[in-house]
Amino acid sequence: MSEHKNHISSYKSHAVVLLCLILLTILTVTITSVHLGPFNTAAAMVIASVKAGIVLLYFMHLKFDEKIYRFMVTLVLAIYVVVIIITFFDYLYRP
Amino acid sequence: MEQNHIEHADHFDPVASKLGMWLFIFTEILLFGGLFIVYSVYRFKHPVEFHLAHEELDVTIGLINTIILLVSSMTVAMSITAMQTGNKKLTLIFLSLTILLALVFLVNKYFEWGAKFHHDIYPGSEFLLSLSKGDMLFFGLYFFMTGLHALHIIAGLALLGVVFAKVKNGSVNQNRYSLLENGGLYWHLVDLIWIFLFPLFYLIH
Repeated sequence: MSEHKNHISSYKSHAVVLLCLILLTILTVTITSVHLGPFNTAAAMVIASVKAGIVLLYFMHLKFDEKIYRFMVTLVLAIYVVVIIITFFDYLYRP
Repeated sequence: MEQNHIEHADHFDPVASKLGMWLFIFTEILLFGGLFIVYSVYRFKHPVEFHLAHEELDVTIGLINTIILLVSSMTVAMSITAMQTGNKKLTLIFLSLTILLALVFLVNKYFEWGAKFHHDIYPGSEFLLSLSKGDMLFFGLYFFMTGLHALHIIAGLALLGVVFAKVKNGSVNQNRYSLLENGGLYWHLVDLIWIFLFPLFYLIH
């Protein structure tokens, strides 16, 4: 077995990650209940992305596994972001 | 004659196994990703209707389901820790907890959808067809995306059930637990999708 495989996350670290995720969820609910105009959705999406990042890095173990997985995930997410940007360039500038 | 021919009765490559799981997860990310783009475009075109329609959804039940999925993600991650430290009994306990939480999620979903159906809100209902285009799109996307997500929960339940049985009979063990890890990855994916579904459908301001 390689060295990477031997990384064992402790129960405590999993609990801390869960606590962070729950706090961020409560923060999202709170932030979307006050009026911030268009920033409400932006804030909710930023927090959701942070939560997704935490799940990917810690629960899905990308932080500790072989780098190839992290590289591939980054690449796929980058392609997805490009597709979103292109779609909105289309819809925002339609006559 | 091949000189270096060695019989691998049981070829095992955990890195490749996980790589395959990630490739599958990418197809799932792009499946839901496409739907999220459809959602964003229609919300961009019908902002007022989406805002009004979302008020039909119950934030509390959405929040409870979010927390249930987050906790279940932790229990499945903990089952891997238990497996790595050789504690089979604890692995099985954490897996049962995950399965239990998934069932609770589905029961909540049943009541949530049931209440919608009771108010004549379901795909193709007369009430829905009498609403504006934006409302119809919101509820159409709501039922389709949360429904597809619920199907993934059911698939995840089946997968975790198989993992549970294999851990129990010992074919998934401390030296060879790729199936447990991959089952865990699938379960986290289901959580990951819900992390975006929750604010997009329940928390429109």
